[in-house]
Amino acid sequence: MKLILTEEQQFLKDTAKSFSRDKTPTNHFRKLRDDNSSKCWDDSIWQEMVQLGWSGILVPEDFGGSDFGVAGISVIMQELGKTLTPSPLLATAVLGVSTIKLLGSGEQKNMYLPKIVSGEITAALAIDEGSHHSPFNIETSAKLEGDNWVLNGQKVFVIDGASADIILIVARTSGKAGESNGLSVFVADKNSAGLEISRISTADCRNYANITMNNLSLNQNTLLGEVDVAGEIVEKVLDLGRIAIASEMLGNTEEAFEITVSYLKERKQFGVAIGSFQALQHRAAKMFCEIELTKSAVMAAMHAADENSNELERLASLAKFQAGETLHLVSNEAIQMHGGIGVTDEYDIGFYLKRARVAEQIFGTSEYHQARYANISGF
Amino acid sequence: MEQLESFRQEVSEWLEENCPPTMRTPLVPEEEVWGGRNAEFVNPESKLWLDRMGAKGWTAPGLPTEYGGGGLDRDQTKVLHQELFRIKARPALNSFGIWMLAPCIIEFGSEEQKREHLPKIIKGEIRWCQGYSEPGSGSDLASLSTKAQDVGDHYLVNGQKVWTSYADLADWIFALVRTGPQEPKHNGISFLLIDMASEGVSTKPITLISGKSPFCETFFDDVKAPKENLVGIENSGWTIAKKLLQHERNFISNFGLAGGGTGSGADVVSIAKKYLGEENGRIAHSSHRDNITLHKMKEHAFGLTLQRSGDEGGKASAASSMFKYYGTEHNKDRYELMIASMGNKGLGWSDQGFSDDEQAITKAWLRTKANSIEGGTSEVQLNVISRRVLDLPS
Repeated sequence: MKLILTEEQQFLKDTAKSFSRDKTPTNHFRKLRDDNSSKCWDDSIWQEMVQLGWSGILVPEDFGGSDFGVAGISVIMQELGKTLTPSPLLATAVLGVSTIKLLGSGEQKNMYLPKIVSGEITAALAIDEGSHHSPFNIETSAKLEGDNWVLNGQKVFVIDGASADIILIVARTSGKAGESNGLSVFVADKNSAGLEISRISTADCRNYANITMNNLSLNQNTLLGEVDVAGEIVEKVLDLGRIAIASEMLGNTEEAFEITVSYLKERKQFGVAIGSFQALQHRAAKMFCEIELTKSAVMAAMHAADENSNELERLASLAKFQAGETLHLVSNEAIQMHGGIGVTDEYDIGFYLKRARVAEQIFGTSEYHQARYANISGF
Repeated sequence: MEQLESFRQEVSEWLEENCPPTMRTPLVPEEEVWGGRNAEFVNPESKLWLDRMGAKGWTAPGLPTEYGGGGLDRDQTKVLHQELFRIKARPALNSFGIWMLAPCIIEFGSEEQKREHLPKIIKGEIRWCQGYSEPGSGSDLASLSTKAQDVGDHYLVNGQKVWTSYADLADWIFALVRTGPQEPKHNGISFLLIDMASEGVSTKPITLISGKSPFCETFFDDVKAPKENLVGIENSGWTIAKKLLQHERNFISNFGLAGGGTGSGADVVSIAKKYLGEENGRIAHSSHRDNITLHKMKEHAFGLTLQRSGDEGGKASAASSMFKYYGTEHNKDRYELMIASMGNKGLGWSDQGFSDDEQAITKAWLRTKANSIEGGTSEVQLNVISRRVLDLPS
């Protein structure tokens, strides 16, 4: 595994870079927030992304995608992260596509994947049920009653849940909370009776929902693949999600750092640029080192995903951990180094802090991944 | 790709035939090979291994064959290292000559200097030491005052160097000397090669907190150094000096990886399991386990960064400061974790009450404290990153 980008991946990265600079600079996000946009992403921008093929990057060519792989989507997420561009890419193009691709029957893939590629529908993965990410801690139940599956339970913090056309629900069909066996995934239309979707309002102003299933009745075709055996695939889908969000977080970090270093060069106090003070220089240099480590961890993880490496789990945890630690550090230092202006709403740097803390929670915090890494490594 | 695989095959067969059996066993400190005129080989197979590797040029795989090097490209060098690692081969030769001096002679030296010095470095015939720091010039290296006076056909060298690693065992020294006392400090420095057997050179070991003496003071008292031993142009030595420091940092960076650099080679996880106990295969104490996991994750990410830098072609020279800073701080952290895991068994000084391995770890812990000082302190590295990479004003 070489830790560099292929020409194709570099091209996708360059395209995403121009896209975010031209069409979705941070002002784009600011406007969505100010307008209290219900999706917190812009339909016409999403359709442009669809035109560029980004919705189908993980979709096999047979279903209309480009199959450019996890590295392809990750470098796009990284660039979009720099300008805090909200989009359905994570929930739809990574989680939705991967779940359907890895679990679904041929017929199910045919039913959903081309519609995702064309931008006709978006998706959300409903998994977590508590205040902390804990993927197998699932109490939502699905019971076969007659010809239908009947689901009851509650999901929280569902990314893009407030707008997705289809909700992929991870439910327990056997066993008890905490076990990876006995899990199954169902696809529900957002308008299904018994499905109650309530948008929640978070500090990063993105699109999340809590979802209640109250005797939600689904026909048997909505079960993705086989019953009871989705646990392992769900974990794999989450690892891909972790790599994608880690890439976005790397982009957040790089930009917050760059904005801060520029500020250190501009801002004058005591008659000199504050960047000439060693107390700030050394902190900046340490952040630089952590960012370099993050780039390497993310790159190793995305290539491992594309090469089906048996190191995927460990590297996905390493990437999410390192991206989380670094973004945490940089988002805090960015505010402090900006001084007073850093805590004003008018200035963008605060957006990075708010996005940072939410992203750190998504699919497991650094603490979660530290524990997972230790277990996998046998420490 | 196929060519690389056939090269791997070739290497593996050659090693199978030529790497002596005891050279595939864990290294014992007394058998470490540094070469030189007065080298003593406790184990005769060490000598055999050095001679074979030296003849092949694989002690310096990347250097050109015309000067005795291996002539391998980056990918081939990687393959060689992988194959050596695979059979757990000991290093045939440790050498400041190879790690630091040789790349600078290649870049800045005359044809005569290359022919004279490189083959002897590569074969381990001459052992070199580094004459940089002085009592009054540590982090502010360019303020150095050892002077070399032009007296016709040679320089007359007077002054003192300090922290000269293994000067008492070295045959030659590459030294920074002041040739232009009137010039601004960076512009009056030259890079001079001096035979340690010259009249007027003397050394005195310095005992460190670990109880060992890897460093010396080196004194020059009217030492005659022939003019042909000047590398590059007079008063332009600072450029060479900085370049050499980059090579040094790159080498020291490996300290950040388990088993690299100054240390005992002990693994922090096994040490922790041994002294803290195991619970279902885990380190039994959860706080220690957390601290060690954090350390191992940083190490993993750091190792990937070294790999990425190599895969990118190693072009970022300022990166050497980052690697030096991070690698040495990480190595210090490793030994702090190690002795913490060992409790009172990590604090032994001699045989009474402590095993050899325990003492080695304690001594290594103390030795690591110099890692973030030698070759430019951590603070100097952070300055370099601030100025050269981030372009922050001074």
